[in-house]
Amino acid sequence: MTGPLLSVQGLSVTYRTREGDVPAVRDVDLTVDRGEIVGVAGESGCGKSTLASTVLRLQPPSAKVEGRVLVRGADVLTMSWGDLRAVRWAGASIVFQGALHSLNPVQRVGRQVAEPMVLHEPSLGRDEVDRRVGALLEQVGMPPERAAAYPHQLSGGQRQRVMIAMALACRPDLVIADEPTTALDVMVQSQVLEVLSGLVSDLGVGMMLISHDLSVLADRCDRIAVMYAGRVVEVGAAHEVFTRPLHPYAAALSAAFPRIGDPAARYAPAGLGGDPPDLRSLPPGCSFAPRCARAVAACRTAEPPLEPHGAGRSAACIRVGEP
Amino acid sequence: MSAPQPSHLTARQLARQRRSTAWREGWRQFRGHRSGMVGLVVLTVFVVLAVAAPVIADAEGLSVTRATGGVLDPPSSEFWLGTDDKGRSVLTLLIWGTRVSLMVGLLATVISMVIGTFVGLLSGYFSGRTGAVLFRLTEWFLVIPFLPLAIVLATVLGPSLLTIAFVIGVTSWPGTALLIRSQTLSIKERAYLERARALGGGRWHQISRHILPNVMPMVFANTTLTVTIAILAETTLSFLGLGDPTRISWGSMLDDAYSVGAITTGSWWFIVPPGMCVVLVVLSFNLVGQALEDVLDPRLKARR
Repeated sequence: MTGPLLSVQGLSVTYRTREGDVPAVRDVDLTVDRGEIVGVAGESGCGKSTLASTVLRLQPPSAKVEGRVLVRGADVLTMSWGDLRAVRWAGASIVFQGALHSLNPVQRVGRQVAEPMVLHEPSLGRDEVDRRVGALLEQVGMPPERAAAYPHQLSGGQRQRVMIAMALACRPDLVIADEPTTALDVMVQSQVLEVLSGLVSDLGVGMMLISHDLSVLADRCDRIAVMYAGRVVEVGAAHEVFTRPLHPYAAALSAAFPRIGDPAARYAPAGLGGDPPDLRSLPPGCSFAPRCARAVAACRTAEPPLEPHGAGRSAACIRVGEP
Repeated sequence: MSAPQPSHLTARQLARQRRSTAWREGWRQFRGHRSGMVGLVVLTVFVVLAVAAPVIADAEGLSVTRATGGVLDPPSSEFWLGTDDKGRSVLTLLIWGTRVSLMVGLLATVISMVIGTFVGLLSGYFSGRTGAVLFRLTEWFLVIPFLPLAIVLATVLGPSLLTIAFVIGVTSWPGTALLIRSQTLSIKERAYLERARALGGGRWHQISRHILPNVMPMVFANTTLTVTIAILAETTLSFLGLGDPTRISWGSMLDDAYSVGAITTGSWWFIVPPGMCVVLVVLSFNLVGQALEDVLDPRLKARR
């Protein structure tokens, strides 16, 4: 197969609500290759999760979708229902945020990990399924006996591991992790992320890791895309984006995390005033302009396109390179 | 949570072992419910009576022509609960009545639960036209007064045991359907259903694998309520003379007692025993139902 594992091309998702159209994702291009972790960063409501669910066509029926989402070269948005069900989980799987709610409270977790196998490989015998569930749980660092537990008997980190085991059940090529560490404490968070990045290097899957925490992404990802108000405003190698951001919004995100042992960062004015824009009535021009310290008059007239700035980097800001 | 298992067992043996542990554990918890145990014992007695009726009480005793007692004799050593207006032993009638009352009650409940659960699940899960039509149907059945409809149906279909069970079954399901529907509506929005869709699960998979197991405790709890309604309904219909005239049930005994004026003659032994039996059975089903709900729902278990 040629081309990237996941290729999102010109994707726009608009939620049609009673109060008007809400453009949640606007003209997003993104690729994920095998063995690569691509981070998607941004604050709440910037379209990260909508992007994730659209990859498996899980967006609500009221959403209007334009563009193309190619998983292993096939367009998810136009494929038949039967093909789509085959892609769901066997081709690409999701680790949902909030593991407690994504597990059925009245089923043992082992049965839930086995669920995708039952759906996609009905020919497997029960012994084989049980064996693979045990192996999957071991892979994410849980004792296989825990398959007999109910979700409420597990800790938050264990539940999230169960979700990861479930995501791997059918050996997908692409794993989408939608804020997999929300609601976990810092120690458990780093364990779960360790498990996830281990999978990418061991199994060679491609991963899209969604988080609002830019420092986490900088640690684990190969590349990062920063989203603002439904658009990708900066893409680049993870470390570059974190340490030398081009777009003022990426800079503000990066500055929001204290760097230990860097007194300059400690006294620099960090943080970002204002609120994310109302997606129903976006300001003309650059949607970040009202909150941007570097905004000039030209920023408010036309939306800046995403333009390349050096190898593998692009940013959507007209003032990149200016003093 | 199970202890580490010896590794020489196959997965299937392991599963079987786990299941029998779960049953034992459930039974142990059930025994902890004093009221549930009382209900279970009472129900067992009635079931044994119903099954063993031909052995403990001679069917000859039901025949009006071969009756040996006097008219409305009070309890004596020969007739422990006295006799009815035709000289038959009330105890014999009571034992045979258990059969009909329990049988009709259980059969009607099964009919009612199956219809109610099915309609409730589908009308909750499908938000489009299917759901709307089923919901209207449920409401339509709900607003029709039970007794007139049951009387009309019983009259049209003719008096027999099966008819009565059917009539009670098809008139008592809307309550269950509404309950299951509301529960389905809430479960449908849970994140694990989105997860099931993301897994590639179809509608049937979502309903059977995720929604049904989640509403099952409610179905069970509701079953015990429906049994009591069904038994009371059977008593009512028999009392009104719509039951099978060839079979004795508690309701038809009360009907007889009423029509021969057992109250005015002070023949309490003809009225109190069938009344007490109805109350006891209904109460026991409720007690067992409460205890079962506690044991079956893993979430309630965790809280204790």
